[in-house]
Amino acid sequence: MAGFLARRLLNYLVLVAVAASLAYMLAASALDPRSNYADRTPKPPPAVVDAQLTALNLNDHTPLLQRYATWAGGVVQGDFGRTVTGSPVNEDLKRRMGVTFRLVMIGLIFGSLLGVLVGAAAAVKQYGWFDRLSTGVSFLVLAMPVVVLANMLILLGTLANERLFGHRLFLVSGEYSDGLDTGFWGTVSDRLRHLILPTISLSLGLAAVFSRYQRNTMLDVLGADFVRTAMAKGLSRSQALIHHALRTALIPVATYFAFTFGALLTGATFTEKIFGWHGLGEQLINSIFTNDVNTVAAIAVIAAIAVLCASLAADLLHAALDPRVRAG
Amino acid sequence: MTALLVGRRAPSRLRVVAWRFFQSTQGRIGFAVLVLLFLLAFAGPALSPWSYTDKDFTAFLSPPSAEHWFGTLQTGADVYAVTLRGMRKSLIVGLLAALVSTALAAVVGAFAGYFSGWTDRTLTWGADLLLVLPAFLILAVMSPLFGAGQWVLFVIMLALFLWMVTSKIVRGMTISLKQREFIQAARFMGVSPVRIIFRHIIPNLSSLLIVDATLNVSAAILTETSLSYFGFGIQPPDVSFGTLIADGSRTALYAPWTFWFVAGLLVVTVLAVNLIGDALRDAFDPASRRPR
Repeated sequence: MAGFLARRLLNYLVLVAVAASLAYMLAASALDPRSNYADRTPKPPPAVVDAQLTALNLNDHTPLLQRYATWAGGVVQGDFGRTVTGSPVNEDLKRRMGVTFRLVMIGLIFGSLLGVLVGAAAAVKQYGWFDRLSTGVSFLVLAMPVVVLANMLILLGTLANERLFGHRLFLVSGEYSDGLDTGFWGTVSDRLRHLILPTISLSLGLAAVFSRYQRNTMLDVLGADFVRTAMAKGLSRSQALIHHALRTALIPVATYFAFTFGALLTGATFTEKIFGWHGLGEQLINSIFTNDVNTVAAIAVIAAIAVLCASLAADLLHAALDPRVRAG
Repeated sequence: MTALLVGRRAPSRLRVVAWRFFQSTQGRIGFAVLVLLFLLAFAGPALSPWSYTDKDFTAFLSPPSAEHWFGTLQTGADVYAVTLRGMRKSLIVGLLAALVSTALAAVVGAFAGYFSGWTDRTLTWGADLLLVLPAFLILAVMSPLFGAGQWVLFVIMLALFLWMVTSKIVRGMTISLKQREFIQAARFMGVSPVRIIFRHIIPNLSSLLIVDATLNVSAAILTETSLSYFGFGIQPPDVSFGTLIADGSRTALYAPWTFWFVAGLLVVTVLAVNLIGDALRDAFDPASRRPR
């Protein structure tokens, strides 16, 4: 097991290194930081621009490989370089990671809980009214891209604010209101009101996927011998379903949960950007528009590490939950 | 009718699958809706006097009327005309990207599974690498290359990030197919490996690949929409669902027609494709049972 794990880790490290290098090369050759200076008035002299770009390791007159070597040298020491405005990338991203983490964690927990409950309830009465309804709704949700869903939520939220509540209950921009001074509970309610719509936008899609997944695994388990045995032993139907069927059916879903978390760190991009949360995803889009090579590369590295950590965690979780995996 | 055909000769697999597909409500609805959408996208523009480049300077941001069926945009463009134009582009992009990515998945997966050893390791590693790279980031960084008229390149790049998971499934199935007698027989008769892969292995995985291609259509349309929404996909003057939704969402609050028609059509399109995919999967799966 230890040898297997070590080989896996080594393989992952190489993958991250190659993916990061590729992302840097691509970003460095496709994005053009020099164009940022083109529309400034008065136009800075070329020598000044050159000096500034060189200081930031963004000068396109330096050979790509040399820039890459400088960048990689910094990354190995944990320094992702500077943004186009000259501030360190590390500090900026550290702050933003917290924002993204909060949003993703809450969205993922809500989405997976809702999905698991709905999927399990649907499977218990297969082809019943609840099964049909939840299948229909999840099909509809899966057909909606996040950009449409988020915009719909903003429109509906604004409409509800105007027509239903008469005041702004749902806040659709940012994580909290600036300069709010209403004590602890005021801050909490302000944060919650900012949180409702982005969380729905993030978790609805997840809930749809999770419910389909949970329904299928639950259906497989429901017909299994051990559930019948449990009932024959004298357990009531609900006891057998909760203690034996649901637990077993949760194993693949737990694995999927770990995997999704890694993918979501950048997957929340659209939600963050549309709802104005200053997280990693928003910065990803902004940095592409501002030709910020170092930030783009840093986010690519974070995303790659997140995906690989998540898939490693998924494997370990699977092994921990399912004795058959450990034995084999 | 069907009983008659069955009585005459053994039913072909195609006919059985088609029959099972059209037996299911999902399949019928999805198919009918998709045919309607295609008709609308390709024949619909002829019904309206406005083309997608026309601007009506007497009606800016006007609500739906007899003149403009879906209303007009801020620029005076007819929403019906631009929406159908965008739908056409999105459908073409989705279909092409799905075809390319499924073909890629089939070829890479089958080669990796058939030739074990270094070929397998290299191809699997390449797939892993593409899984690790954030697709959105790469496509967005490359977006300056997708300038006007370069949408074919966009389709190829889109397909490049859709095939990995399927190729892993194909690889697994190829490894087990390789042990079967008919492949062994072909090998011992001296058929070349490439010929075995294209003549025997890939056709035997056709049901998986067809279902995968269908579901990839919706995945490609959704990805295209998200990218174009932020300006990283289809570039103006071309329009697609994504660019239209981006424009519409800005004016949606006081001019709902600029957003809801496009968003609604997008959701209906993806829904229809997904329904077809689901019904096809059931039709191909001899073990599946549907109620009624």
